[in-house]
Amino acid sequence: MSQKVLLNSKEINIILHRLACQLIENHPGFEDTVIIGIQPRGVYMADRIIKVLEEEYGIKNISNGQLDITFYRDDFRRSDKPLEANNTKIDFIVEDKHVVFIDDVLYTGRSIRAALTAIQSFGRPKSIELLTLIDRRFSRHLPIQPDYNGRQVDAINNEKVKVHWKENEGEDAVYVISK
Amino acid sequence: MSELSVNHLLGIKYLTLKDIDLIFKTADHFKEVINRPIKKVPSLRDITIANLFFEDSTRTRLSFELAEKRLSADVVNFSAASSSVKKGETLIDTVNNILAMKVDMVVMRHPNPGAGIFLSKHVDASIINAGDGTHEHPTQALLDSYSIRERLGEVKGKKVLIVGDILHSRVALSNIFALKLQGAEIKVCGPKTLIPKYIESLGVTVETNLIKALEWCDVANMLRVQNERMEISYFPSTREYTQQFGLNKQILDSLKKEIIVMHPGPINRGVEITSDVADSKQAIILDQVQNGVAIRMAAIYLLASKIKR
Repeated sequence: MSQKVLLNSKEINIILHRLACQLIENHPGFEDTVIIGIQPRGVYMADRIIKVLEEEYGIKNISNGQLDITFYRDDFRRSDKPLEANNTKIDFIVEDKHVVFIDDVLYTGRSIRAALTAIQSFGRPKSIELLTLIDRRFSRHLPIQPDYNGRQVDAINNEKVKVHWKENEGEDAVYVISK
Repeated sequence: MSELSVNHLLGIKYLTLKDIDLIFKTADHFKEVINRPIKKVPSLRDITIANLFFEDSTRTRLSFELAEKRLSADVVNFSAASSSVKKGETLIDTVNNILAMKVDMVVMRHPNPGAGIFLSKHVDASIINAGDGTHEHPTQALLDSYSIRERLGEVKGKKVLIVGDILHSRVALSNIFALKLQGAEIKVCGPKTLIPKYIESLGVTVETNLIKALEWCDVANMLRVQNERMEISYFPSTREYTQQFGLNKQILDSLKKEIIVMHPGPINRGVEITSDVADSKQAIILDQVQNGVAIRMAAIYLLASKIKR
């Protein structure tokens, strides 16, 4: 097993700022926009983006939620590992809002497919966009592409892309791990 | 990652503390789901569940059916009153015929103790016991503990009193197993004739004075007198039962601490509890019903995840 650093903490910081700016460009003021982190690992990313938006660009009162997709996955009873759920926290109205999904890695697209179904339980959004830190562009199973993208990676299938966050793993870094 | 240690939910006796924790954790998520504008998840869309009720039920049956539908399972209902059981078909034949129609899971209520266990040995489907005679009613005990946990933070170390017809109550037995497993203290109270002789061997204490027992407890679970299971008379009259073991507002207000009142339903108002107690702030009877759907969703979801394709 070998691993190499794809992004270090400085590069991640630059990317987070760029993504935040791109969001502001399309959603000035964030009045009708809600940000939803996809459980489990998209939540760290969403928290960081919001931190940048609030602290660096002075945007206040951003609606921020967390969506768990476990019960909407298409591999229930198909994988050997049982699926464990996480918390969903959406305490605002999604109806007629512009929703921005945030996840760390876009791989097969199946999680996002599940998230698109899950969010419907909370209403009918005006639009849904997707923001990811890493886009593994040659590994898609479904026609799903990010609207805002940190870095494209051409990792092959037996490689794993792992995102570390300061809050959880003690450092900001993205690794490509090959078996 | 965790999964249940069992393939069927036949009784609390067969569960571990870990299983109960897992069911509760999963139920927390489903409780959030059933409070959404759209209360449905697609997890079980390729699972078919048969609800076989050989004994009357409103709450449990509705609760199971709602839980199944909110998980997107296909549901078929069967009640003994309107079926070929009346024509002399055996239990295994009935169930095998239903399974031949490709059913993955069976939820069964039956008047005979052990019916679920018997079935699980003879048919190829995941079985959930929704009450087997005077034996066990595991989902009721789980939702009772879950409701205590919700109100008091945890079950461990809490003093739980079970009042009434302990002898005929599957709710009492399942509750004793579940509460013991979670480290609660349990006392039972009722007419001596309705308390099984060796009940202490389950690790519970007996008190025949209701007031004393109520002063001791944090939670009182008031059971119904199951007249339909009594062939002989166990106490002189309903009036006398109510006088000695009925909970009224006056008694409730005279207690030193504010206890929680539970009832598995159906309530015989004016017998085991009076209306003003059942409708008081201290009663969590309707919370129990709401939690029942979440608990059953969790149990069905976790068992279904063990059915291999």
